[in-house]
Parts: sequence; structure tokens; C-alpha cells
Amino acid sequence: MPMDAHILRELRTIVGDRGLISSREELHTYECDGLTNFRVMPRAVLLPNSTEQVQGIVRMCHRERIPFVARGSGTGLSGGALPVENGIVISLARMNRILEVDFPNARVIVEPGVINLDVTGRVASQEYFYAPDPSSQSICSIGGNVAENSGGAHCLKYGFTTTHVLGLEVVLPDGSLVHFGGKTLDIPGYDLAGVFVGSEGTLGVATKIILRIVKRPECIRTLLAAFPSTNEAGAAVSDIIAAGMLPAAIEMMDNLAIQAAEAAVHASYPSCGGLLLVELDGPVAEVEALMIQVNEICRSNGASEIRLAQSEAERALVWKGRKAAFAAMGRISPNYIVQDGVIPRTALPQVMSEIERLSQEAGLRVANVFHAGDGNLHPLVLYDRRIAGQEEAAEALSSNILELCIAAGGSITGEHGVGEDKKKMMSKMFAEPDLVTMQLVRCAFDPLQLSNPTKIFPTLRLCGEKPGEYVRHPIESAGIAERY
Amino acid sequence: MDAAIKSEASGLRPALRYKFIALLGNAYVRAATGADAVAGAQPKLVIEPGTERELANVLLLSNYAGLAVIPRGGGTKPGWGNSPTHADLILSTARMTEIIEHAWADLTVTVEAGCTIQRLQETLAQHGQRLALDPLWPEKATVGGVLSTNDSGALRLRFGALRDLIIGATIALPDGTLASSGGKVVKNVAGYDLPKLVTGALGTLGVITRAVFRLHPLPLNSRSFRVPSANAEETQKFVLAVQDSKLGHSFLQSHFSDETLPVSDMLFEGTEAGIAAQETQLRNLAAPVIVSASSTSTWAAREELWTFLDPASTAIAKISILPANLARTMELVAHSANAHQLRWKALLYATGIGWLRLEGKPGSLHRALQMLRSELDNQDSSLVVLHRPGKMPAFDAWGTSGDALPLMKAVKQQLDPKNTLNPGRFVGGI
Repeated sequence: MPMDAHILRELRTIVGDRGLISSREELHTYECDGLTNFRVMPRAVLLPNSTEQVQGIVRMCHRERIPFVARGSGTGLSGGALPVENGIVISLARMNRILEVDFPNARVIVEPGVINLDVTGRVASQEYFYAPDPSSQSICSIGGNVAENSGGAHCLKYGFTTTHVLGLEVVLPDGSLVHFGGKTLDIPGYDLAGVFVGSEGTLGVATKIILRIVKRPECIRTLLAAFPSTNEAGAAVSDIIAAGMLPAAIEMMDNLAIQAAEAAVHASYPSCGGLLLVELDGPVAEVEALMIQVNEICRSNGASEIRLAQSEAERALVWKGRKAAFAAMGRISPNYIVQDGVIPRTALPQVMSEIERLSQEAGLRVANVFHAGDGNLHPLVLYDRRIAGQEEAAEALSSNILELCIAAGGSITGEHGVGEDKKKMMSKMFAEPDLVTMQLVRCAFDPLQLSNPTKIFPTLRLCGEKPGEYVRHPIESAGIAERY
Repeated sequence: MDAAIKSEASGLRPALRYKFIALLGNAYVRAATGADAVAGAQPKLVIEPGTERELANVLLLSNYAGLAVIPRGGGTKPGWGNSPTHADLILSTARMTEIIEHAWADLTVTVEAGCTIQRLQETLAQHGQRLALDPLWPEKATVGGVLSTNDSGALRLRFGALRDLIIGATIALPDGTLASSGGKVVKNVAGYDLPKLVTGALGTLGVITRAVFRLHPLPLNSRSFRVPSANAEETQKFVLAVQDSKLGHSFLQSHFSDETLPVSDMLFEGTEAGIAAQETQLRNLAAPVIVSASSTSTWAAREELWTFLDPASTAIAKISILPANLARTMELVAHSANAHQLRWKALLYATGIGWLRLEGKPGSLHRALQMLRSELDNQDSSLVVLHRPGKMPAFDAWGTSGDALPLMKAVKQQLDPKNTLNPGRFVGGI
């Protein structure tokens, strides 16, 4: 449904000609994000270049009851930036200024469209870096990272986006401007920054973000170890953790993932059943003492080959292979689904053998890439769309893997978000009262439910609606209390 | 709330009391005494449920009856926050002390809210692990209380605050709902992060009944060092230099007072080789100032600040500043204390969070705190008063709460619409 002419005119006065996209051909670019199997055409796309413009757009949406979806670089893998029916998209791509760099206090203030890696680029000269490093860090935006609470390989030690966001300027869904947190810690009041980060665009639009930056460690050492299978590699991970170490990253790939990465970027990975990448960082003497221990642990768990990256170039290559692993699947399969689930790390051998069983039953290959230190699995289900029934089988297999994660006490998403993709799985991970309580919080932010309204929750609950039957009142039924 | 209910509540008629007894049994419902007072307010009953469900039911019944509920853990910080506008009953988690699951191989623990920090740490230590947090009075303070007050110490510099350590929580809401969010795994982005919302909310949104934390290994070795300085300016230079260095220290705190020169403590944890190498680097960095080894008793510095002789002439405040404003802030503190004839002592962490003790006449304390708060407000900093003499003129514990206050009130309205939980104790009258 096209937009009313008077609304388009008003939007154009807010953002100018360059800030409004309304032609059908151009709108196609925005009909999906990194999860391409869901597509919805937005009625218009707005490209504001200031907080005031974002406020103007959101105020108008509020007045006209038009739902909106904020979008960063569109690299998300759960459909978080998928437009909603009859809605508009607010792209923050033009708000890409780094506003303040404060080295003494290790803070950086950015607009939401700033690219993740550009923050590190800006502070690298003083040997600082911005820690969250999703694989898409060279193109994804800080605003998108905030929405998804993005992680990355190094969050085992350094934490997620939420650890590094100290404050936010936010346009609420009624167009009002508020500030959460700030440059100093523990500002009195509720931790609304903590709630906003990871809320997948459902609570408003961030227009400024205060980030913490981290001093680069004295040294970084990266070790590759080749194991007969992921079981031995997993046992080595357990021993490393049990020895009291907190590596900067521990990544694991199975044979299929190694093959794909090799085909794509020639990272010179050893060919094996389970490859472990362990990175330690910190003071030189500390890291070297611990690396000897890691080496011994890998050997005693059956590693056939152990390599220490000898230069920064070698280290970069090792990581390039890992970070390219998803895209590399294109080299060995016409189509694939990227899954994102989490298990308690100790459940790894059991969950892996279950995945193997499901894979055989479905007759589909599954490649496995893990953030092994924190139990975040990325099984990649390979299929061929041209073969009748394979796509459906792949989708079923992929969601069965998530059920394994839930059964093991884990989560349906470690870093990609719920978005459109996993709404239905939310009821399997959470009980109804849990989801209702989360939606109560949403009602405080967005009573009209205009901000990315159809995401995360399996059923939309209208604000002000009385909760359903879930509240049992045992004391009432026992005759102990009556309603006053 | 209509007037009839209000009057019943204030007298807490026997019928209502029997209903609580019917829920929990006679042994766990008792009349409150003077020792149960909360920031000047005297509750009538103390109720000790044994399970999450019982706790939720007590809350539900109280909410129906229009009673004001004060959740309590170890009762170590009853004076934090403003005085409640009402206080009918204390809802104590004293019986909910179970460590439900220490999944040591996964470095997580699930624990009930009433477990003390010390008991939790002792259990975790059996597998060489810890909750990397150093809150006040761990032998009495509970998981739920420490979370609700967001109390963290010097270790925060390296391991983060509670918001960075909590990965899951169950809360009881006034309508009797038990709601869980987060999970049992460290990495998880499914649903809203409500564990962070209730951390530091002073029990005004719901009562935390259990929490899940990520854990850290106990250090292999640890060693502390002392670095004196001639004045606050030098201390700031040292702190900023350390923070800009590649040292991997676990904490850095600086002591100031009206009678001694500033001195900073640092703690290193790790392998012997790692600590030895860093000690050398620290000595080079601090030169010509001499670095000396110190005992680990520096850990107790924050509790010492709270060990004061006369509560009627002492105020304690938590301040949060930017590290680069350290010298300026300490000069400001010294100046206001002198101007109002107060004795003072302060402990500042490298994170910019600090603790300030002022001693003197209540009227002078009031004027000094007002002056400090207005100066700090101008620097994007904050000052929260945690202890004040009963005779001190009224002073909002929290200070200005910014443009998000209406939204905070909306969140409160959604989760606790009848204002049952800790009414009036939190920011902006929440």
C-alpha cells in the first residue's frame, strides 16, 4: 500500500529529498536484512542525518499510527530489520559520525550508523580497541549491535555489546528524547540502558551511544590444535577452563567447516575432525606461562598437530578463515541455513552426537562452527533448494537443533537475536508469565506498539490488556484471600 | 486504594495476619520490632516464606490488601535509599538460601536470593571458583540484597559489576507472577534483559527470588602493592598512567583523607611469572615514587569506611565521577569539608566510583552534601547518600534523575501498579 501523499510530503520536509526513498525499485533494497527468506516491502525508507530528524519521523509515525523499523547496515541474521506490513524503515546509515573520543576516560561517543570496526580504527593509534567483534564487524553498525546485543569471538573474555555500552540517547516511540546511563557509571535510576541493549529495536531508536574502549593487551597469542574429532577438542576446552584460565577466545570447527573455510580463504588449517583455535592475551610473561599449559592440555587430549601463529599476519589469516566460515559454505553447498544456539559447554559431546544423528536421519550435511568457550553453536545446515523437499527438511532440522539446545538448558540465540525468525521458539524457552512480564516492560516504552512491533514475541499482547489465565491465585482458590 | 483498605492496613487487623499465617505457618509470621525499622519507618510484620511460590503468594496477598512491602535479605543496608512512604511488612528471604546448582564445569551458579555471599563463595571455592565481586559485609549480605542495591567493590575494574555477572533471574511480581528471564548460559540474547532491570532497582519492581551468575576461576596467586603520592593531582596522574598502561591488574583504589597523604593500592592476580613481570613494570611506571608490597587487608578498606563511631554525626555517600576528574573532585571534597568544619575520608576506585565519609554536625553535613552534589551534577557525575544522621535536614538520597524519570515511572507502573514494593524509596519518589 503506497503512502498517503500528504504524509510523504511531511516526511520529505523532515529529511529533505535525499533522505526519502519511496520508489518501488529502490525500496527493494530494504525488503530484507541478512536473513533473506523473509521479505516485506516498506512503504517508505527514511535516511535521517540528525537526532532531530529521527524525532520528527517518529513523532509523525506516532501521530499517524505508522509502525517503523530502525535499520543499521542490514547484516542481521534473524530478520530484526525486516520491515513490518504498512510500516516504514528508518535507516541510520547517514548518522555515522564519531562525536567524541576521550582517551583518559576510555570513552567514545558515536552515532548509530558508525561501523563497528571504525571505532577501533579511530582509537588504534593510542593502542585502544572496541571489544565486541561480530564476524560482520567491517560492515555492521554500532546501532545494529546495540539492538542485537552483538557478541563475537572475543566476548568470552571481554563481554558483549551490553558490557561496553555505558549510555544512550534514545528517541522513544512517541518521539520524546531520553538519556539512559552516561559517561560515568551507576547513574541513579533503573538500568534502562541494560534493558534497551538487545531489545531488537522494539523499545525505540538509539541516536547516540556512549561506548567504553579497552587498552590493547601487551601481547596476543593464537594457537591452532588439530584433534581427531570435536569430542577430543571439547575435552581440551573443558580442561583449559578447569585449569582456571579465561582465554580471550576459544573457537572450534568441525571437518566440514574446515573444508569450507579452506576452499574460501586458504587459511592453511590442518585437515582434521575437530580444530581448536585458542587465543590468550594479556601481559607477556602471563600469557607465555599459560600458553605452555594450553599446549600440554591439547597434547594430552590427543591433538595431532599444534601450531602457534608466529606473526600478526599468520594470526590474521587464522581468524580470516574462522570469520569467513559462514560465507564459505557457499563453496561446498548451493544453499545453507545459519543456526545460532547455545548450550552449557559441558553438554557439547551429547548435543554433537544428537546433531549428527538428526543430520543422518534428514540426509543433510551439517557443518559446525562454535564459540566453544561459551557454548555458542553455529550449526550450518547444507541443502540444495533445487531438490524438492530439501529446503523444508533443512528448516526442520535447523529448528530441531534449537530444541536440543533448549533441552540441554541453553538458549535459542546467543548473538543473532530472535527477530522474526525465532519468535515461535520463544514459547519453548520461556513460560507464558516470563513473556508477559517482558511485554509489560515493552508497554512502558511503547504503549502503541509502533517500534518494530511484530518481532521477538510469539503473540502480541496489547498494552492495558489484562493478563490471561496464567496467574494462578492459589491463595484465593484455597479460600485464604478474597479480593479486597 | 480506597480509604477503608488503607485503615485496615495501617492497623493490620488480625484477620489479615491470620491469612499470612495460613499461608506460611505460625513460625514464619512475627511482629516486627524496632530492629526491623527501615530508614526511619516501622513495619508491623516480618514474614519469612520458604519457597519462591510462598513468597509470590505473600506478595499477592499484600498487594490485594494494599500493604506496603519491604523486601529484605541480610538487612545490612536498611538505610540505603529514601525513607519509604509506607512500610507494613518486611518480606524476608532469610529462609531461601539454597545453592540450587553449581555447574562448575560451565562456570555458572544458580542460587536462591537469601543465600549469603560468603556461603556462596565458600561453596564455589570448593571447585576453585568465585563470583568475582567484593560487596560489603559478605558474611551477612545476601545475593538478592546485593543485587537490589547493585553493590560492587574494587574488583569491578576487571570483572565488571553485577550487571556483567548476572545471566538470569527469577522475580516475584505483586500480582503473584513468578517470571524468569535470561537463562543458565553465559551467552544468550533471547528476550529482554530483565536481570539488568532488577539489578540496582532496590526491590521496587519485583522481589528477586533466584539468580544465575557467571563465575570466574579463583586466582592462582595474588599480590598487592602500595603507591603513595604527595597530593591528589599526583594520584590522578598515577591512576591514569596505570589505566593507560598494559598492566593486567585486578583492582586499583586510592585512599584520601583530611589527615594523611593519598595512597593507592593495586592487586595483581595470575601466575607467579606474570605477577613478577608486572611488579617490575609497575615499579618503572611509578618511579621515582617507591612501590611497596602490602597485605591483602586493603580489601577491607570499604568496610573500614563504614566503621564509624557515631551514626548521628556521620554521612556516607557513593560518588561516581570520570577518572580524569579525580583530583578536581578530591579537592572539591576537601574544600567543602573544610568550609563546613567536617572530618572526611574517601576511597576512590579507578572506575571512577568512590565512597566518601563525612563527620560533623548534621546541619553542616547537609550543607556540604548539597554543595558537593550541585558541583558534581555539573560534571555529569553523581552523588548518592547511603547513610545520613537521623537529625540531618531532609536530603534526597539519589539526586537528579534526568529526563528518563517519566519512563522509569512507567516501568514501575507496569510491574507494580499499586506501588506495593518499597514505596518512595527509589529515585524520583518511585
